[in-house]
Amino acid sequence: MSPGALKDTVPPDIFAEYRRLTGVADELFDENGQMRPVWRRFVDRFARLTSEEIAARFERADQYLRDAGVFYRQYSNDPLAERDWPLSHIPVILHEDEWAQICAGLSQRADLLERVMADLYGPGQLVADNHLPAELVARSPHWLRPMVGVTPRGGHYLHFLAFEIGRSPDGSWFVLGDRTQAPSGSGFALENRMATGRIFPERFPRAYIHKLAGFFETFRDSIEALAAPPWERPRTGGILTPGPSNDTYYEHTYIARYLGMMLLEGEDLLVENGEAMVRTIEGPKPLGVLWRRIDASFADPLEFDPNSQIGTPGLMEAVRAGNLSMANALGSGVLEMRAMMAFLPRISEVLTGQPLQLPNIATWWCGGAAERAYVSDNAETMLIGPADAVELPFDLGGSTPLGDEDSGGGAPSIAAWLEQHGDRLVGQEAVTLSTTPAWEDDGETPEGGGGRVVPRPMTVRVFAARTAEGWTFMQGGYARIGRSGDATALAMQRGGSVADVWVVSDRPVHRIARTRNAEGDFRRATPGILPARAADNLYWLGRYLERTEDAVRLIRAYHLRLAATDNRNDARLKTLRHYLKSYGFDLSQTIPEALIGRIIAARSCAGKVRDRFSTDGWSALNDLLKTASRMTGTAQPGDDCARAMSVLVRKIAGITGLVHENMYRFSGWNFLSFGRALERADAIASLLAVFTAEDAPQGALDIAVEVGDSIITHQRRYRVETNRDTVVDLLALDADNPRALLFLIRRLRQLAEDLPAAEAHGRPSELLRAILPLEAEIACARPADLTTERLWQLRADLAVISDGLSSSYLR
Amino acid sequence: MRYDVRLTIDYSYDAVSDRARNVLRLLPSDIPGQQRVQQRMLKVTPRPGERYDRVDFFGNATSAVAWHQPIQAFSLHLTAQVERIAVAMPLDLSPPLAGLAADIANVHTLLPTAPHHFMAASPRVAPMAATTEYARGCLTPGMTALQAVEAVGRALHRDMTFDPEATTVDTPPAEAFRNRHGVCQDFAHVMIAALRGIGVPAGYVSGFLRTFPPPGQPRLEGADAMHAWVRAWVGQETGWIEFDPTNDQFAGIDYITVGYGRDYGDVAPVRGVLRSSGGQESRQAVDVIPLEAVPEVRR
Repeated sequence: MSPGALKDTVPPDIFAEYRRLTGVADELFDENGQMRPVWRRFVDRFARLTSEEIAARFERADQYLRDAGVFYRQYSNDPLAERDWPLSHIPVILHEDEWAQICAGLSQRADLLERVMADLYGPGQLVADNHLPAELVARSPHWLRPMVGVTPRGGHYLHFLAFEIGRSPDGSWFVLGDRTQAPSGSGFALENRMATGRIFPERFPRAYIHKLAGFFETFRDSIEALAAPPWERPRTGGILTPGPSNDTYYEHTYIARYLGMMLLEGEDLLVENGEAMVRTIEGPKPLGVLWRRIDASFADPLEFDPNSQIGTPGLMEAVRAGNLSMANALGSGVLEMRAMMAFLPRISEVLTGQPLQLPNIATWWCGGAAERAYVSDNAETMLIGPADAVELPFDLGGSTPLGDEDSGGGAPSIAAWLEQHGDRLVGQEAVTLSTTPAWEDDGETPEGGGGRVVPRPMTVRVFAARTAEGWTFMQGGYARIGRSGDATALAMQRGGSVADVWVVSDRPVHRIARTRNAEGDFRRATPGILPARAADNLYWLGRYLERTEDAVRLIRAYHLRLAATDNRNDARLKTLRHYLKSYGFDLSQTIPEALIGRIIAARSCAGKVRDRFSTDGWSALNDLLKTASRMTGTAQPGDDCARAMSVLVRKIAGITGLVHENMYRFSGWNFLSFGRALERADAIASLLAVFTAEDAPQGALDIAVEVGDSIITHQRRYRVETNRDTVVDLLALDADNPRALLFLIRRLRQLAEDLPAAEAHGRPSELLRAILPLEAEIACARPADLTTERLWQLRADLAVISDGLSSSYLR
Repeated sequence: MRYDVRLTIDYSYDAVSDRARNVLRLLPSDIPGQQRVQQRMLKVTPRPGERYDRVDFFGNATSAVAWHQPIQAFSLHLTAQVERIAVAMPLDLSPPLAGLAADIANVHTLLPTAPHHFMAASPRVAPMAATTEYARGCLTPGMTALQAVEAVGRALHRDMTFDPEATTVDTPPAEAFRNRHGVCQDFAHVMIAALRGIGVPAGYVSGFLRTFPPPGQPRLEGADAMHAWVRAWVGQETGWIEFDPTNDQFAGIDYITVGYGRDYGDVAPVRGVLRSSGGQESRQAVDVIPLEAVPEVRR
């Protein structure tokens, strides 16, 4: 193919320099240098855009991803190290006929994997007949002995799979890896689709693209059917996540929100009498299925890894009792072992009499003498690595010498290495992938700058879900794009980008209306079960937010007076310093470190309930943290710091407003509000106790009124200077002042009345019994009744209310 | 030889533990040709809210217990009557050590007795350069697999010091070996690592050992503890043999087996998770009482 031939077939701009690499298949051009028809519609559109338009559209997609808060985590140790989502803006486009062929091949493969799984945890015939080496299986940390002999509820081990596939130079597809443990990427595929929608909003290409949503709806139906078969007691389902430090946690929260499923962590669950249950604010509720995103080894510290901090003791007991389904079954990770690929082709022939329709990457287990010799002789075209590793070939890298810790010798030659550790090694063909168009910025001019389309190697991840009718496939997927032009699988190592995969039809695709349950086309999800841990985090989010606001107001009061007196020894300043010190704030720092700590604490609570917390709220919280952190470097004592605190007050009000205006009034909202009200009541009680005390310095009453945000009201109401009675009246006894104790305690009572089991047999709940006497007392009190001593005591009463909430709802 | 075995373990937590759940491996089982269990009972107090008794992958009797109410302490009481059958030491029909790999490769099964489970690193015992080198140093050319096991076991007994103060239940074998001291668990782990390093499949045995009071003194009640030793696979003909590196002998008529596993983790008598803050404490008392006249000569 000559470059000249190319120029005739493409518009002469951004695709002009696009060159097919020799010896490599390309997605855009076929082997004759002709553009594949399936791309034509897209290229015609895209080539018409100016470089400014392209830049603007790409930015829209990136903006969408930032706004949505899409991130991933490369190293999970640092909880704050969230990376922007590396979207490659140009989709990979495949024709629906080709896709159907791929899916047919993968469907056969999925059935085969199910049979291998059933045999490995059942009769063990494959090992007995020497189709799989016993030592290979026994060595795998993912072959879980407690699962041997356990038949999964519902009969199937595998429910949700992903396959990493690539295209060889001859144009055919092959499998690089099977993801059977807890496949990730399906949620990111959805987000990629949303983002590319911002780049190519035109109906013209979009109408021809198959949708992704149907796949998820089908899978959710299957999961729900698995949770509660009609002949069993009703049980619910959930997604089991390892938690916020996992690299794909964002995806877990996203899918949970998208499908309306509960996102659960190990500590949300308990097992009693062989029944797995979720701890909710209404007590334990039975679980019938878990879509497992946690590696099985961590699922139950009593039966698997005893060091797991994220598992649930006894979970395996529920599986064994046949009360709990897992998608996928515990122990399915063994199928991901690289060496498995060496045996699957033959196993397919043995079990089904059919060859694999889609071959997998050629693999040789070096435990066999002939295979070892072959790998040794062809080592330069091989990736040699641990046989039991489950990483995809390109994630593991090339000839990684095994830690030679136990051989007692130095670094051996490859042949010697293979000879010594052959049973632990596999050789895998260093495959060549196809290339697909990716955008490369010219780099120098970020604004509307130029760029061009270049060929980059790619693999596609295909998702499959089990339904009653067999495997169903996501019509589209998730492509990984390599960083450089090198089309060997090595170029796919970390640091590449991801792209949307469009499966395109020749005709506009009409979304088939799905036939729902007979009750109607609309189903409102049940108001939802609120896991106790989520409620706990929302409650503490409320408390930390309020604590932050309270501190900000006090710090502002301090710096306003500092500016006015310029005398750090002023009695009011001393009192404020001392008071804040008791809360851990060191006012020798202009912006006390502890303030950042409070915001981080709030953010951490919100981070644990991101499936229930609005995206806007999350952004606002991050913004608050960023702003406050920035101020620590710049704020000057006095007026400047006071102004900075005013900025923070407004930002906090922004978050509160978002929560108040936009958060759905589910019971989670009650807990958040309860936390705020309780914390505020406590702060006011404490403030009054100190600043209305007899020994308080002059001007202390004004501080109380100011921090209580009630200056104007005080002037209107009392028309006198502040005295203890007016201040206590306004900040404690006023039922209409949202910062007064009476108002807040009344609020607590109302919220408690809306919680589950607020009344049993005509008797108020334990929590209400703690609140009601307090409400009555404050409602009837006169200012003089609220002595300093009583105010201190009130804080203890509030602590009892907090404990009551915890013991009744949060464990 | 018949024995009465009595064991008591008391656990106490610093703080109340909510919904405590434990997996217990304390009950001895029948082992064809080796031991018969005439009677066995494991009593758990306070009475757990649920209890499941079953057999685990390696064939060990396992009891899962859980309390639905908060507890601060619990006790386990085992009583068993076990007959240990004297087995003559077999003729050494094991292959030369160099030929063992071929024997292993001929076993095509994942049954719990298969050697394959006991070759690779297990959660608590990975082969290490130091122990592999040590094991190699114990070998002489042409040794059979069985001789190799004995040589390694006896050498470890010679070179390691029994010292209950030196290690804990979580001491890694590397550390125990480096300092050449420890208790039966450490001896066993080190020997397992050494054997795996030279290609001999090796596992962990937990159980009871009848102990002998010093001459002229009465047996002290409850003075014993649970014991651990090693089993090794020495070829298809002979199969598994058991050696006790702590006491420098093959496990014979004085040994009562409770569990088999790859290492301590598979047979830990009490595996549990604490749902409370603070630590925990445990106390163990064991009696192994022969019910027949005592032959005074020890192997």
